[in-house]
Amino acid sequence: MLELQTKVREVIEEHARLSCPVENLSVDDDLYNAGLTSHANVQVMLALENAFDIEFPDDMLRPEVFESIAAISEAVATLTDAAA
Amino acid sequence: MTIFDGKPKVVQNIDPFNAPSVQVLDTRIDEIGRDVTAPAAYYVDRDARFPEETFAALRSAGALSAAVPKELGGTGCTIEQLARHCRTIGSHCGSSGLILSMHHIMVASLVRHSNDNPFVSQYLRRCAAEQRLIASSTSEVGPRGNMRRSECALEIAGPIFTLEKHATTISYGDYANDLLVTARNNPDAAPNDQAMVLALEGDYSISDKGSWDTIGMRGTRSEGGRINVRAPTEQIISKDFRKVTTLTKVPYSHILWSSCWLGIATGAVNKARAVLRKQARKQVGTIPQVAYNVVDLDTRLQSMKSDIDAVLHEFMRLDESNDEAALDNVAFTLRLNNLKINSSEAVVDIVTGALRAIGILAYMNNSEVSLSRYLRDAHSAALMISNDRIRTTNATLMLVHKGD
Repeated sequence: MLELQTKVREVIEEHARLSCPVENLSVDDDLYNAGLTSHANVQVMLALENAFDIEFPDDMLRPEVFESIAAISEAVATLTDAAA
Repeated sequence: MTIFDGKPKVVQNIDPFNAPSVQVLDTRIDEIGRDVTAPAAYYVDRDARFPEETFAALRSAGALSAAVPKELGGTGCTIEQLARHCRTIGSHCGSSGLILSMHHIMVASLVRHSNDNPFVSQYLRRCAAEQRLIASSTSEVGPRGNMRRSECALEIAGPIFTLEKHATTISYGDYANDLLVTARNNPDAAPNDQAMVLALEGDYSISDKGSWDTIGMRGTRSEGGRINVRAPTEQIISKDFRKVTTLTKVPYSHILWSSCWLGIATGAVNKARAVLRKQARKQVGTIPQVAYNVVDLDTRLQSMKSDIDAVLHEFMRLDESNDEAALDNVAFTLRLNNLKINSSEAVVDIVTGALRAIGILAYMNNSEVSLSRYLRDAHSAALMISNDRIRTTNATLMLVHKGD
């Protein structure tokens, strides 16, 4: 999970355009409060799909799925497990 | 999966008292489309063969009796629910979707025009229990696609009638269990004084078969042939085919065919959506050009669906109020005919748009997002009951139609 979270942090660093550096965030900090816009949210999702070779189904396209590093990591883990 | 040699075997394992519910059937149709119809579609098209896997799966799901009333062992689906089935299956394979829609039209013609003929109720029970597939023969050498004219005629001798028809096309004739045929009521009757008869397996033969090597809809296997029928007169379902046409065949055909075409259009747009997602993942941060094409396709798809839904709901409303006069009036006939013209043109436009959006990958026959089959299937829409014939009918109606 730690390795996965590191990769998720990299994606967020590159695409989330947050108002603070990602290393200042804990896994449970709210990304929307940290400046994640809906446009950047889409970019993060696409980058995650590319990085992990997964596809987010429609029912996972909810704000709470992307609200923190922990939530995103959990979602990615579910999708990579499903693909394995 | 069984590969049928000639006529499919009738599945006997459907419990007539345990037909699937509307919800269960919906789910099963989604699964069959995704897991059975989609992987077979390429081969059905390439080899111009009947989609036997899909129909074996639809039979085991009890989907062929979707339109049979509950009290006769079917699911008793509304036309709206049937339309959804045709759209779903059509989105994976146009031929399969079209065959399913034609079958539902035949079942509906029987259900709605049985005129309390006990033979029909008994037959529909059998249809549900054995998941029988019904084909139809309306077109004929001479009147061709004009289904409101026949040359062949019933010859009635006591309790038996005979009939010989030279049919230009009989969709899936070789793969159906039973056949609904139109003919003049007697050898002296006018061309439009028609009956609709049901020929059961064993009552009929098809000889002098033509070939079916078409641009698209190759899996429907609609080769023509000479049909000979000899059956009991109780199988003359209606002596007033005009009424069957107005109240059932035309509305059901235009609505269910359009739904199948909507499926084809949806399937093509889904390929464009897949390509867009792939490109977007590769260039995160920018909106790929194809996104703007998909915006336009999505808009047109929504219009096509709204048009079908509007006519569908109007039909259901008129039908529920038992308003035969309203179903038979000029305004509603024009609405149905307009739907057919609109959706048969929309499907070609949308598939062509998806082809342009995706580009060369869609133009290739062997790519995952090839639209070759979609485009070829789509072009059949304007030809089956030709749009020119419908325009001619509408032109006459315009002489008396005063507008809404």
